[in-house]
Amino acid sequence: MTRIDNTPRQAATGRSAVTVRGLVKHYGETKALDGVDLDVREGTVLGVLGPNGAGKTTLVRCLSTLITPDAGTATVAGFDVLRQPRQLRRVIGLTGQYASVDEKLPGWENLYMIGRLLDLPRKEARRRADELLERFSLTEAAKRPASTYSGGMRRRLDLAASMIGKPAVLYLDEPTTGLDPRTRNEVWQEVKRMVADGVTVLLTTQYMEEAEQLASELTVIDRGKVIAGGRIDELKARVGGRTLRIRPADPLQLRPLAAMFDELGLTGLATTIVDGETGSVLVPILGDEQLTAVVGAVTARGITIASISTELPSLDEVFLSLTGHKASAPQDENPARAYEEVSA
Amino acid sequence: MSTATVEAPLAVEADPRISFRSHVRHTGALIRRNLLWIRQDPESMFDAILFPVIFTLLFVYVFGGSIGQSLGGGQEAYVQYVVPGLMAMMGMNMAQGVGTGFNTDFNSGVMDRFRSLPIGRGSVLFAKIAVEVMRMLIATAVLMVVGVLVGFHITNWPGLFASVGLSAVFGSALMWVFLTLGVIMKSAQSVQAMGFLVLMPLQFGSSIFAPTKSMPGWLQNFTEYNPLSSLADAARGLMVGGPVEHGLWVTLAWSLGLTVVMAPIAIHKFRTKS
Repeated sequence: MTRIDNTPRQAATGRSAVTVRGLVKHYGETKALDGVDLDVREGTVLGVLGPNGAGKTTLVRCLSTLITPDAGTATVAGFDVLRQPRQLRRVIGLTGQYASVDEKLPGWENLYMIGRLLDLPRKEARRRADELLERFSLTEAAKRPASTYSGGMRRRLDLAASMIGKPAVLYLDEPTTGLDPRTRNEVWQEVKRMVADGVTVLLTTQYMEEAEQLASELTVIDRGKVIAGGRIDELKARVGGRTLRIRPADPLQLRPLAAMFDELGLTGLATTIVDGETGSVLVPILGDEQLTAVVGAVTARGITIASISTELPSLDEVFLSLTGHKASAPQDENPARAYEEVSA
Repeated sequence: MSTATVEAPLAVEADPRISFRSHVRHTGALIRRNLLWIRQDPESMFDAILFPVIFTLLFVYVFGGSIGQSLGGGQEAYVQYVVPGLMAMMGMNMAQGVGTGFNTDFNSGVMDRFRSLPIGRGSVLFAKIAVEVMRMLIATAVLMVVGVLVGFHITNWPGLFASVGLSAVFGSALMWVFLTLGVIMKSAQSVQAMGFLVLMPLQFGSSIFAPTKSMPGWLQNFTEYNPLSSLADAARGLMVGGPVEHGLWVTLAWSLGLTVVMAPIAIHKFRTKS
């Protein structure tokens, strides 16, 4: 078993573990992927962010050899998806949008089976199943059929199954869709631990928060096309700079303050916003000089400030300004989430 | 440097093909999976156990008297006639079930995982067939026990085993057809409906339940090459005596033909379905 090793991996080397160029996949008239380019550097997490139907799952399915792209190239850990599918399958792990475990089998049996399918000797497959159940806190549920597991346990089992072969590249296709916030957090913790071990991750998500939590770089896709990419903070800065939030001690000073900033003409891409609820003024700024100028102007007028802070725009805002439309929420595909939205 | 990304390529580039031993190992792991299903859900064995009981009792006691008369005996003569016929039906029956079961299985997330693993994709199908053949053998054993209880005389033991083997060969060939249907059709219900539509005429337009002598000429021509007829005739000949050859060759020809044509199609469809 040359492939299996316990050597800890090093973090980002700058080398590309996943390289995608001009990937196209059409379903009839629908262009699920319309020339996608992306790179995932070794040891990093790339978040692929997009609304439902943006092509995220199609991308993952192409990269895991489940479907054949119509055009373009993709290599994973040096293996070509079209020419070397068998070798490629050896180095990837896949956790799908819907937990891809055998629900009728107990947790342990699921992992043992995957171990055997990955050619581990019986003893090694047993050891690995025990080890991963332990690691993902599923030891107590080892003998129960996966159908009796909670949503979070099922995802953890799914993650454990993906880790049996110690993959170099792990695909997480919307790993927390349909989970409640607490369980989502649980899954995030597990993913962070895997990343700390040096696995390269391609994560698709429609949750801005998820991308922010897990990914270091982001590719935003919409209708099969990449519309933006880069480090998360870079992307944010590019879209709207920072927002300065100033709360005057006297709420009556709110309007005069806003008027003053408009006069100064310091604002970035957006305009000054008066947030009545929190009694603060939001001033978009482009750089440190502007920040200094704003503070200087406030001081010159003798207005007492209760609090002042700078904020990065949220990923929702990033998406909105990049695509011109809101990131659409998932529709009827996921009952759990539909319920969440109804009850919210 | 990541060892996984360096060593893995070296290890697999030497031989990306899957060795025969690996195939056996993978199929074994998947057979285990299917057997565990049965352990988890013993009710799934009900059909295999109850089907032969119900069919034997039904046919022997409902039609036994009247059809038996035309055979020149009575109910006893019919038992000797119908039990080998029912054995021919076991394989067919299990084959139909494998299509529906596989369709449900195919639409579950675990198939994506199997298809993204470095395994021969045929192993998923081989395992399915292996387990179904086991179920078929159990059903056949039940059939023989019930048959003997209602008066069946086994006169030729080697013939009995030979006909069980023949029925397993034909059953597994037929399973490839149903696995293909299971992969390409959208729902388990449509697989079942389709199976019913195809198998009903084959099953009753055969010598399984009644001799074909009294059937109209065109139907007799049909039954002549209906594989279920040939299998029933061969099983009858092997178990209780009578002509074997024609039935045996026609059955083997069908089995070989179905397997050669349908197995690659089933595997290909399974490979490429997205």
